[in-house]
Amino acid sequence: MEAEGRVPGPPPPPLPPAGGGIGAELPAIPPGAARAPLLGAPAEVLELDDEEDDLEVFSKDTSLAEANSFSPSMTISPSSMINQYKFEDEPELRDLFITVDDPESHITAIETFITYRVITKTSRGEFDSCEYEVRRRYQDFLWLKSKLEEAHPTLIIPPLPEKFIMKGMVERFSDEFIETRRKALHKFLNRIADHPTLTFNEDFKIFLTAQAWELSSHKKQGPGLLSRMGQTVRAVASSVRGGVKNRPEMFTEMNDYMETFSQKINVLDKIAHRIYKEEREYFNEMKEYGPIHTLWSASEEDIADSLKGVASCIDKCCKATEKRMAGLSENLLPILHEYVLYSEILMGVLKRRDHIQSELDSKIDALANKKADKDLFSEEIGKLEDKVECANNALKADWDRWKQNMQCDMRSAFTNMADNNLHYYEECLATWESFLASQTVDCHGEEDSEDRP
Amino acid sequence: DEPVPAEGRHTAVPGRALHEGTQQMEDCLAKKMEITVSEAEKRTGRNAMNMQETYTAYLIETRAVESQNEGQCSPVDSLWRRYSEFELLRNYLLVTYPHIVVPPLPEKRADFVWHKLSADNMDPDFVERRRIGLENFLLRVASHPVLCQDKIFYSFLTQEGGWKEMVNETGFQLKADSRLKALNATFRVKNPDKRFTELKHYSDELQSVISHLLRVRARVADRLYGVYKVHGNYGRVFSEWSAIEKEMGDGLQSAGHHMDVYAASIDDILEEEEHYADQLKEYLFYAEALRAVCRKHELMQYDLEMAAQDLTSKKQQCEELATGTMRTFSLKGMTSKLFGQETPEQREAKIKILEEQIQEGEEQLKSKNLEGRDFVKSAWADIERFKEQKNRDLKEALISYAVMQISMCKKGIQVWTNAKECFSKM
Repeated sequence: MEAEGRVPGPPPPPLPPAGGGIGAELPAIPPGAARAPLLGAPAEVLELDDEEDDLEVFSKDTSLAEANSFSPSMTISPSSMINQYKFEDEPELRDLFITVDDPESHITAIETFITYRVITKTSRGEFDSCEYEVRRRYQDFLWLKSKLEEAHPTLIIPPLPEKFIMKGMVERFSDEFIETRRKALHKFLNRIADHPTLTFNEDFKIFLTAQAWELSSHKKQGPGLLSRMGQTVRAVASSVRGGVKNRPEMFTEMNDYMETFSQKINVLDKIAHRIYKEEREYFNEMKEYGPIHTLWSASEEDIADSLKGVASCIDKCCKATEKRMAGLSENLLPILHEYVLYSEILMGVLKRRDHIQSELDSKIDALANKKADKDLFSEEIGKLEDKVECANNALKADWDRWKQNMQCDMRSAFTNMADNNLHYYEECLATWESFLASQTVDCHGEEDSEDRP
Repeated sequence: DEPVPAEGRHTAVPGRALHEGTQQMEDCLAKKMEITVSEAEKRTGRNAMNMQETYTAYLIETRAVESQNEGQCSPVDSLWRRYSEFELLRNYLLVTYPHIVVPPLPEKRADFVWHKLSADNMDPDFVERRRIGLENFLLRVASHPVLCQDKIFYSFLTQEGGWKEMVNETGFQLKADSRLKALNATFRVKNPDKRFTELKHYSDELQSVISHLLRVRARVADRLYGVYKVHGNYGRVFSEWSAIEKEMGDGLQSAGHHMDVYAASIDDILEEEEHYADQLKEYLFYAEALRAVCRKHELMQYDLEMAAQDLTSKKQQCEELATGTMRTFSLKGMTSKLFGQETPEQREAKIKILEEQIQEGEEQLKSKNLEGRDFVKSAWADIERFKEQKNRDLKEALISYAVMQISMCKKGIQVWTNAKECFSKM
């Protein structure tokens, strides 16, 4: 049950099973003992079936959340990036805090790579300690993502920053590149931590806590990258073969939505980048524009002050433009980019769901053809039916959650962009108005009386 | 001197108000006569080589001011002139009043353009800005204490037919100094008035800095245009995206509308800025007019110096002949020494001629000196007038630029406030 307009929060069911096995998600009454109580707020929130209690708690949260997430005046300053990551849970409800920082370069005979420090603070019982510090490289993040996809094929796994960035002329290991990547990795882990199911994934826990050698040996176990790739390849192949016949209406709608969304978000990403580029070019020209007036003032007497005044205004506006650009690159651009990646992820998730269903469908078809071995088939089909139902439910719930987050992210990103522009114009206005005031005082109240069109 | 009645009666549409400076001029034409360049028209005709050409003609309208004060509406006289006739007028003024800083014409070809502006002379926006510039030129001349009294100028405004012939009959082209002569003088003059030398440097600096400013301004305008226009794309995409969203749809759609408004607003903003650029351009061209006055001074001074030098050498020659000594080497002297001396009678004759020449030379030198001093005095008076006008105009231009920026910022604030509200409702 999801109340209209409430905080995007964890839907009461389903709770994750311990350890993520394939297809093991079952809507179940959560075993209360398996989880440590959440910090501060009543842990029963997620465990009670009682509607009223849920609503009550959520309405309390809503007011808090609204003050934070829905308020148009919320400005996300670069220094408090942490605010961006509380999608649904208030700090009091969180019991897992992760930061990614301190990139360090490692040079070996074979390669050069960067590791990032991952610090985890938690109060959960299943963690032996309450604080962990490990170092991870990009490869490790890739591994984690693939394990999560393997374990939860129809959940929406957050996007990882790309291996290379082609556009933007950023050097592979430039400070800018590393910082952008670091922020994205930080977001990645926090999104997983906020996900009601993924947060309890065993591989996730190992990622956060294991020492380097422990992680290596753990990685070597299990099906590995190839099998996951195979899964997706099969899924893509089956979708290429013409889609699924009995796809529920809901998922067809999702597919249609995602196709359009994907298109639009890609275009928006391009537009935003283009605007950044134009603003940068504008900034470059403005840098030259102001000083010319100062140069001119050197050959003048009477109007030297006016000229210097104009030069100073232009320089201030120039700096304001720089700030505007920074705001764009710190906020809107990364978010749009993430959703470009998300749209690919979602298309993949939908395909995987289709694939699971097609396994069921083909078995049903086979049963229809071979009347013999009915019992054996029935059992298999029963299992597959469960699998499909799980996958569908998981996806449905995660989809709703994703949409809520997307709406929230988009709202805050674009509101922030509007704010950036507002601040820019307000700053410029103040600059020019004070210049004008200084000039009209000198002229004894003489203002621009010419009827200039 | 009867004004030729124009083809049709048009109501004067002033492009720019009378310049402030005219309020200080007591007796100038601009006070007595309202002058506007109200229209521009494309024409085709045949040029001197009988080839077809297209040009723009401008309608000059004049109306006496006095009768307006009596409550009567006086008739409007008008005639058509093309740019080349304006040029002819200006060249005439340059030659006839070399001590005056003659107001410049608007540019012949579109310069300092950014990508959206056309460099085409026939482009309607260019023609419109030129019309305003030509009107400004006429007003400047009409409010100049000396130039406004010129008969040729008055005829330019009031007499359509035969004006060209009238100008050419003044023979001003013959009075023009050759460029080569002027250049020569610039390099060789020994003692120009220091103020003119400084003025020349100033005009060079002014020209250089204003060109640089205009070039960068055009680039800035180009970039600003880009920033605004790309935002227009948001409008389209938001609208398309809103179609698949339920809760976000309204907010997106209305925000998109504001993005369109934002993108469209830059056109007016930059058009206004072009007028500011034109104000600066006028002073860019004024720098050339300043230099012209300096050049004239150098020429006169050089002329003076040459005349003085000539006089001195003649005096020396005379002295040598009289005393029989040869202080300076002269080929004539040497040859006469080698090939025999002159007779006393021949010498006497020579001395007599020289003495006549010397007297003539001294008179000429006297008048040249006077001329030079008069020139410096009147030129400097006009230069002071010009300086005050320039300071006034440029300060005002800078203020108007600030006003434009303020208006642009206010528009931006309004649009983004609206957009922010829409986004927050998403």
